[in-house]
Amino acid sequence: MSKSKTKAKTKTKRKSRKKKFERVDGRKADELRPVKIETGVIPNADGSAYIEMGRNKIIAGVYGPREMHPKRLSKPHRGVLRVRYHMAPFSVDPRRSPAPSRRDTEIGMVMTDALEPALFLERYPRSVIDVYVEIIQADGGTRCASVNAAAVALVDAGIPMKDLVASCAAGKMEDHIVLDLGDYEDKKGQADVPVAYMPKLEEVTLLQMDGILTTDETVEAVELAIEGCKQVYEVQREALKKKYGMDEEDTAEDAEESEESGEEPAESEEEDK
Amino acid sequence: MSNNIVSRLKRKKIEEVLEAGTRMDGRDLNDFREIEVRTNFLEKSEGSAEVRIGKTHIVVGVKAGLGTPFDDTPDEGVLMCNAEYTPVAHQTWEPGPPPHGAIELARVVDRGLRSAEILNMEDLGLVSGEKVYIVFVDLYVLNWDGNLIDACGLGALAALKGAEIPVFKVSKKNEVSETDKTQKLELRCEPIPITIYKIGKHFILDATADEEEVADGRLTVTLDENNNVTTLQKAGPVGFTVDEIKKCINIAEEKAAEIRSQAVASE
Repeated sequence: MSKSKTKAKTKTKRKSRKKKFERVDGRKADELRPVKIETGVIPNADGSAYIEMGRNKIIAGVYGPREMHPKRLSKPHRGVLRVRYHMAPFSVDPRRSPAPSRRDTEIGMVMTDALEPALFLERYPRSVIDVYVEIIQADGGTRCASVNAAAVALVDAGIPMKDLVASCAAGKMEDHIVLDLGDYEDKKGQADVPVAYMPKLEEVTLLQMDGILTTDETVEAVELAIEGCKQVYEVQREALKKKYGMDEEDTAEDAEESEESGEEPAESEEEDK
Repeated sequence: MSNNIVSRLKRKKIEEVLEAGTRMDGRDLNDFREIEVRTNFLEKSEGSAEVRIGKTHIVVGVKAGLGTPFDDTPDEGVLMCNAEYTPVAHQTWEPGPPPHGAIELARVVDRGLRSAEILNMEDLGLVSGEKVYIVFVDLYVLNWDGNLIDACGLGALAALKGAEIPVFKVSKKNEVSETDKTQKLELRCEPIPITIYKIGKHFILDATADEEEVADGRLTVTLDENNNVTTLQKAGPVGFTVDEIKKCINIAEEKAAEIRSQAVASE
């Protein structure tokens, strides 16, 4: 019998004595950690956002669309989205090397695939949109928190988008499917399923999983994660409304306009700056 | 993913054929190309496998040796996957640092094995905090014609299945010494990745290089022999609806056992 399975068993026993499943930080199974998002935190960047999701502290900055360097990576008929995910040496314990790891590269890739479906890259031939994500402090679920910050930063940069991308993980802890795993749950849990979702288009743009789940549990986890994404989406919208001072109606109208005519909703926002 | 006019034409043709319910090479949407597996054909590695799926050709080598454990798991051995895109494998592949695809390939196969807990890592510990077994699984791509994750996942399983690692003796003073004995690696499960490619509204298995090039995205589902999911990996600049995800998991569920049965040398 596997180690974690055995562990899970003993924990289940302990649990059944207590008769109640409790999460390490006292959250409900379908409860997010507190999420806080702020936009425009880096004056030099074209767009930026800062997110706190639990104890995760992450900054995302957007530069572009701008000329691609090196030029051979540019595409003649469309723009390229490039996401760099990077963890600060002091973001985890013990200190990690500042050199990019294979994990960082892979997360950069899946984040690119998570955000690209929301963009109109065909509008920017030969150009690049650079998204830089710096993890200042990591607390489990950094890739989801990073997607959330990056999506808001892209809007802040005035880049037209089909939808926001919101992200949240679900997983399995002590035989329960739970939302938004923290650091401890991430390490001790039986499975982790990070998801990114475009709430208006109803499409999953990031989906990964590791651990052991039945196929039914897998679908359950994905569906729970999507519920989490919808909650994060509201926080993202609030953060954007706070900066650009738009009320509910304006936002909805602008979003509709942008869908129909492909007009940039952020243009008016840009003027407000 | 279609980057230029040629691939847009390719995409059009491939989609036309899919619309008619078949593939450019006449296969059904859920058919694999012919799979050939050869195991333990290398003398100097602890385990090996060669997998051909159509023209895709990969070699997997398993090497085991001594190393130091990670700080957070002092009593556990280490299993590591690495993938190499060799420049012989395709005209566009060049020597140099691993491209993103190779890193993703290694990590997806690696997660498939490790999150399924294929090896009992505690059995591979020798001296707590100092000496453990390190098992390297190196994925070597020799010819690329699509579907590398499935080929390498199958190859890794076949190579580990046949692997015999050297036995080390631990003395009372915690000194580790070699013996001339070997032992089989004990596998606790048999995870197999199945990658479903999305082209327009169609889902296909075992994409060729051409199909992969024009595909919108893919979803890899790794399943163990009890049909537990051990890894998911979505890639490509498109979204999947929840129904599409369910459909992909179903397709993988139906196919995994058949592919798993190939993880032994074919006659």
